[in-house]
Amino acid sequence: MSARDEILARVREAIAPASPSDRQVPRDYRTRTEDGIDRFIERLHHYQARTQRIAAGRLEKGVRATLADRGVHRVLAPDGIPDGWLKNLERLTDTPPLDPPALDGVDGVITTCALAIAQTGTIILDGSAGMGRRALSLVPDYHLCVVRADQIVGSVPEAIAKLDATRPLTFISGPSATVDIEMVRVGGVHGPRRLEVIIAE
Amino acid sequence: MSSGETIWTDDPPFPANAKRAVNNAQLRRNIRKATTTIRERRANLVGEMPDWQELRTSGAAIKDEVLRNLDRYLEQFEAAATGRGAQVHWARDADEANSIVASLVAATGETEVIKVKSMATQEIGLVRALAERGIAAYETDLAELIIQLGHDRPSHIVVPAIHKNRAEIREIFLKEMNDAPADLSDDPQALAEAARQHLRRKFFEAKVAISGANFAIAETGSLLVAESEGNGRMCLTLPDTLISVVGIEKLLPTFRDLEVFLQLLPRSSTGERMNPYNSVWTGVTPGDGPQNVHVILLDNGRTNVLRDEVGRQALRCIRCAACLNVCPVYERTGGHAYGATYPGPIGAVLTPQLVGVEHASELPFASSLCGYCYEVCPVKIDIPTVLVKLRHDAVRTGRHPVEGALFGAAGAAMKGRRRWTRALRLAPLMRFARRGGPPPLSRWTSVRNLPEPPDQSFRDWWVRQHESAREVIRERKRQ
Ligand code: SF4
Repeated sequence: MSARDEILARVREAIAPASPSDRQVPRDYRTRTEDGIDRFIERLHHYQARTQRIAAGRLEKGVRATLADRGVHRVLAPDGIPDGWLKNLERLTDTPPLDPPALDGVDGVITTCALAIAQTGTIILDGSAGMGRRALSLVPDYHLCVVRADQIVGSVPEAIAKLDATRPLTFISGPSATVDIEMVRVGGVHGPRRLEVIIAE
Repeated sequence: MSSGETIWTDDPPFPANAKRAVNNAQLRRNIRKATTTIRERRANLVGEMPDWQELRTSGAAIKDEVLRNLDRYLEQFEAAATGRGAQVHWARDADEANSIVASLVAATGETEVIKVKSMATQEIGLVRALAERGIAAYETDLAELIIQLGHDRPSHIVVPAIHKNRAEIREIFLKEMNDAPADLSDDPQALAEAARQHLRRKFFEAKVAISGANFAIAETGSLLVAESEGNGRMCLTLPDTLISVVGIEKLLPTFRDLEVFLQLLPRSSTGERMNPYNSVWTGVTPGDGPQNVHVILLDNGRTNVLRDEVGRQALRCIRCAACLNVCPVYERTGGHAYGATYPGPIGAVLTPQLVGVEHASELPFASSLCGYCYEVCPVKIDIPTVLVKLRHDAVRTGRHPVEGALFGAAGAAMKGRRRWTRALRLAPLMRFARRGGPPPLSRWTSVRNLPEPPDQSFRDWWVRQHESAREVIRERKRQ
């Protein structure tokens, strides 16, 4: 018997005596919360991420000024990031795909996101336009993420309901960190050590 | 090598280990400091969730639904993952899983792989098995790196190096990490930076990575890895080949179910509203990440656990380690004393069931039955009830420990059958009456000289225990 068939047979034998069918899973927890932009910002600060709120009409200028202020001149920008955001900066694209040392060599990366969760201070990337493949937001040491105010949902259930599970998803809650030494959270291990979020309203 | 030998180490049995650990003052200080920190953080974050109990109820119900229909969900997962370009393999035991991994790595022609921290790969002894076949596997999680460099063993499910403090970690790095800066300080930030530098080139050059998964979604064939550092993302994203070893109990029916577990897990495990990174992938995504994706579905004793109607709830476990962090026994002995991959309260119920209670007959006694583990468990595993059931099983196998004492002073509480029965009767009551932290040492009901087994069948006896406990509770309420 193949391992597959044998494991399935063992499972069936083990659960056979009592298999009450179709018991409903209770879901009495909250499926939405009132958390909004303020809560989102509070959480990001708790994780040591920087934030700015910028009016949509002034976004171009705001992004450019932010990157310049942070000393980010060679900017990795996936397809879908408007050129206007990067005027006077050196824009690197991922076509053809950059190898990891090249990704490591940029000053920073700018992406958009698919969604954000206020209650947990989480941004979610799904690899569509403006985000690129997963390595882009991972290897560079500085990540600037532009979130539209209408992309912020209150809670985890509201986010899960809107996501496409079959896309590669990355949930990001603050810069790379670890609690492995004495349970003290320290920032800056392998992922970007600086995370900055611009909320465009 | 049988699965039993792999999970269950050849260490001396728990009581001897525990005694040694309890006498190691440095070890106890390190563990107490870390578990105190994490307990407080968890309590705060759970406290701010008005629907925490509802989330726990749903978490338990979702996992029970999976277990009741595990065959169907496994087939569904396989079909969905295969449909999205993953290759799904099945492994009856540790040996088989290790062989599959080794041959998949060999097929790539590589002799080095990078690893994401995973309990399943710990359990099957994968790193050692690969080394025996000439493949070097590098742990990339900071704590796992500390363990690997220190030729040590993990002592905690979430923070494997919890038994080491910063000064000890610095020494390990200076001694074993060839590129550690000579002036390395013991500041956690500096230690993390040293790990970053040490692993960066490995991440960039590796062609093969090995991971586990926190959750596997039957509906979509997706896997999820939760982590903090970004080492997981490096492993899951940069190499060409990704091999994930996934216990068959890791399934969730639908993607929607993540809305429950992504709230329960981070708050319970690291005491965060959300851990820094979660990665979800489904088979192969053209142009993004590994194009050669394998999933190994691992049994290794899990179907034995499933057989037992009382014990199977241990398969709900999402490895958050909250039960370790609150356990008064764990806090004093550390994880190594349990001599197994899964330490603490969950280890005490899971290990004997995975390997057969006759191979781990002391473990069900490595508890005071205080019930704190059940209270914090995000999937409501009634660990004390399972422990008591396993104690009975251990006694029946005739391999029960004669000298089960964990602490001489506390052990007397359990001497003789009458006392044992009384202690058990009190266990649910203690749980009921609990406020705040674990009870003082003096109230422990640790085991010494295991009592005679009850005459009647365990089920009858246990039902009666519960009835009498309920009576006592009712009486108390009346007063
Ligand atoms: S038994 Fe419960 S508390 Fe313990 S690790 Fe598993 S899920 Fe967490």
